[in-house]
Amino acid sequence: LVSWVPVVGLEIHAQISSNSKLFSGSQVQFAAPPNSLVSFFDASLPGTLPVLNRRCVEAAVMTGLALNCSINKKSLFDRKHYFYADLPAGYQITQQRVPIAVNGSLSYSFCIDNKMSQMVTKTVRIKQIQLEQDSGKSLHDDARSQTLVDLNRAGVGLMEVVMEPDMCCGEEAAAAVRELQLILQTLGSSQAIMAEGQLRVDANVSVHHPGEPYGVRTEVKNINSIRFLAKAVDYEIQRQIEELENGGTILNETRAFDSKLGCTISMRDKEGKQDYRFMPEPNLPPLILYDAKSLPANMNHQQVVNIDWIRERLPDLPSVKRAKLVELYGILPEHSFTLLNEDGLAEYFENVIKHTQMKPKKVIGWILNDLLSYLKEHACEVKDSPVSSFLLADLLNLLERKEISSSAAKQVFEELWKGEGKTPLEIVKEKQLELLQDQEELEQICQAVIDRQEDEVGAGMLG
Amino acid sequence: GQPLGILDGIPVAVKDNFNTAGIETTCASNMLKGYISPYNATVVQKLLDQGAVLLGKTNLDEFAMGSGSTDGVFGPVRNPWSYSRQYKEKNPSKSPSENEDSEWVITGGSSGGSAAAVSSFTCFVALGSDTGGSTRNPAAHCGVVGLKPTYGLISRHGLIPLVNSMDVPGILTRCVDDAAVVLGLLAGHDPKDSTTVQDTFKPFELPDSIDVRKLCIGIPKEYNVPGLSSEIQALWSKAAELFKDAGAEVIEVSLPHTPYSIVCYHVLCTAEVASNMARFDGLEYGHRADMKQSTESMYAATRREGFNDVVRGRILSGNYFLLKENYENYFVKAQKVRRLIANDFVKVFGSGVDVLLTPTTLSDAAPYVEFIKEDNRTRSAQDDILTQAANMAGLPAISVPAALSKRGLPLGLQFIGRSFQEKQLLTVAKWFEKQVKFPVIQLEDMKSHDCSGFPHQKSVSSL
Repeated sequence: LVSWVPVVGLEIHAQISSNSKLFSGSQVQFAAPPNSLVSFFDASLPGTLPVLNRRCVEAAVMTGLALNCSINKKSLFDRKHYFYADLPAGYQITQQRVPIAVNGSLSYSFCIDNKMSQMVTKTVRIKQIQLEQDSGKSLHDDARSQTLVDLNRAGVGLMEVVMEPDMCCGEEAAAAVRELQLILQTLGSSQAIMAEGQLRVDANVSVHHPGEPYGVRTEVKNINSIRFLAKAVDYEIQRQIEELENGGTILNETRAFDSKLGCTISMRDKEGKQDYRFMPEPNLPPLILYDAKSLPANMNHQQVVNIDWIRERLPDLPSVKRAKLVELYGILPEHSFTLLNEDGLAEYFENVIKHTQMKPKKVIGWILNDLLSYLKEHACEVKDSPVSSFLLADLLNLLERKEISSSAAKQVFEELWKGEGKTPLEIVKEKQLELLQDQEELEQICQAVIDRQEDEVGAGMLG
Repeated sequence: GQPLGILDGIPVAVKDNFNTAGIETTCASNMLKGYISPYNATVVQKLLDQGAVLLGKTNLDEFAMGSGSTDGVFGPVRNPWSYSRQYKEKNPSKSPSENEDSEWVITGGSSGGSAAAVSSFTCFVALGSDTGGSTRNPAAHCGVVGLKPTYGLISRHGLIPLVNSMDVPGILTRCVDDAAVVLGLLAGHDPKDSTTVQDTFKPFELPDSIDVRKLCIGIPKEYNVPGLSSEIQALWSKAAELFKDAGAEVIEVSLPHTPYSIVCYHVLCTAEVASNMARFDGLEYGHRADMKQSTESMYAATRREGFNDVVRGRILSGNYFLLKENYENYFVKAQKVRRLIANDFVKVFGSGVDVLLTPTTLSDAAPYVEFIKEDNRTRSAQDDILTQAANMAGLPAISVPAALSKRGLPLGLQFIGRSFQEKQLLTVAKWFEKQVKFPVIQLEDMKSHDCSGFPHQKSVSSL
């Protein structure tokens, strides 16, 4: 059996978290009434001009720094032309010639075979990050042979992050995207919620034999979750391998992932390859960024974007946070991944630690085994947990002080989950789960039990 | 009450490619017939804020493409001088039965309507636009002052673009002083237009007594083009003599890349046109064809119905130049040639020349029946030759009425100045205007056209 080397690259579009759009002042908001967030510029009314949103530039710089990129102090804007109902101007403003950030890297980790004990860390190169406009949305109403166009999203700022084809399978792609998502959310540059379209991933997939040049690649679109990303990539790799082994060829085409069928389907264009007729955007001068060295003395700090200023204010990235958790609390690296993977879980954990005498190494068990499984079972997020970190801390204190047994603690936890507002202590008293500490009382109970047993034994022996 | 501003009560006219809130803005095209703009262009707003009274929108070549103001959907603009005593004296009708109308001459273009409006005393100032000479050309033919400001001085927000990197709003007035006044009101940074310079503009008044002895006037030899009428050549020489006799230094200079500017302009202009016209798809506003088969067929029909041949021709050419395989050889090459053309001016102005003196047009205005014998593209190539290098280089230029031709029609001469040195440019122009004492148009009563003659020429600043 000849071996195949799959090659996976990703193009990720992250919606920038900002109040207004990339080149106009209209608001950015999810699920607003159709066409209620459209400025004259967004609707491409003749005579309107783009004005660059500073916040979007800062978001891109932050993201570039977090991904170890070189930030281009001068970057340019271009027009990419094509006709489509959701692109009012007939072109998208993007950065094709010189993007804002280049040559970065992203480290990501994942568990081999889903075992928490075997974590692998890999790196993917970031080719570039570019600023560009999002398009509107079109809804096809086949029943009435019409298309409905909503321009609320038209013009929203996007960061396109291009990951080089350094990945080899669905699992790696998923892990890389997950880490990117965490980074973006930590920075606040994008909320990166895939379900709300704030993070969109297209995968470029090809296969080749070891030592031979890369094969023809296909582009896979319409991937709506990280789970589906892994599925889509793995399916496409398999499809290509089977096709080639059966003597077929791979077409350089775009394929859509069908989540119901779990496969990719050709989106073959009737006309063939598009020529986007790229042209410099004449209404936007080159974007000039400064750092501490190049900043002119008399420049108004409000007028410019200072890369060093932004770098100094970057928050701790996930990898740093994880390392700190491991170091501070002596938990395993795998544990730190899980803590950061669930929104708010790390904060929850740290709050419990603060309010309990129980050692972190024991607390983590409660968080990852008990709390997390309840949350998953009830499809509940950490922030909506009926068991707050304070309540859990109280419970763990009871356990730590040996006032209850660990099996009793689990019963209390189950009770707390009902969210009836009772404290752990109240539940313990109610259900009489206290561990008896009084020696004499214990002896009395034991004696009573033995006495009852003796009667029964006696009765048995007599009969 | 208090006057709103300098222009309080002054009638003005605006070329119909500027957006005027609540008022139809058509660009003389079927594509925008009936389009009511929801906002004012910045320059329009500034005029209105000063109390100017908007008399109306003026006719032009469709989307400002043309040098005759003959190719708009509302028909051609007639030069008021066609009905002047000066012209009629020199061109008596051959027989009384012959239709007088066959003798009328064009205004030049594309801001012909604006030039005609000022020339015929219907208003004191009109806004035009200038991309390759569209303000200066009709100014010369209609015997009015036409100012093209430095690119980046006046906001283009609301001016429906032809070539974003060359367009400027143009000012048409009866005298140079008026142009200076209006310039003072319109110039300055506009946050809505990212191509306007940030520097604060200081409005100026032109001195009444001007000493040209310290000036150096350059006469570019390449502007003595074949096709330049002997009349204009003589006028040009006479003007040079005027300056010399008054003590100015008058020298011949060279702008060696002048012969390449027309071809270069065609590539860059059509490329930008192809891009700028992409938004006219019938979806958001403007004309929409009654074609429901598919979105593509609707686009095609809309654009075929909405645009005239000139516009469609330029779109096709422009898209050709922007194709991937042509981009380097045409668009990028043209940009490089543009840089060379701009550098010609830098060298000349750097060598001590203050202002350049050239003709504006090749001859006086042609009769309409003669003009339309050649197509728009041919005419534009011929007529733009003396004006469009200033657009390539972004320099300020002004056409000043100099004398009447043998046929009794206006002849203008052009001054080109240094970047952002409008004060010096206009001072020189004013001196020249005072020397030549261009005659007032004498409009007669006409049988089929309504026109009243104003015996005295009044300037805005004298009110």
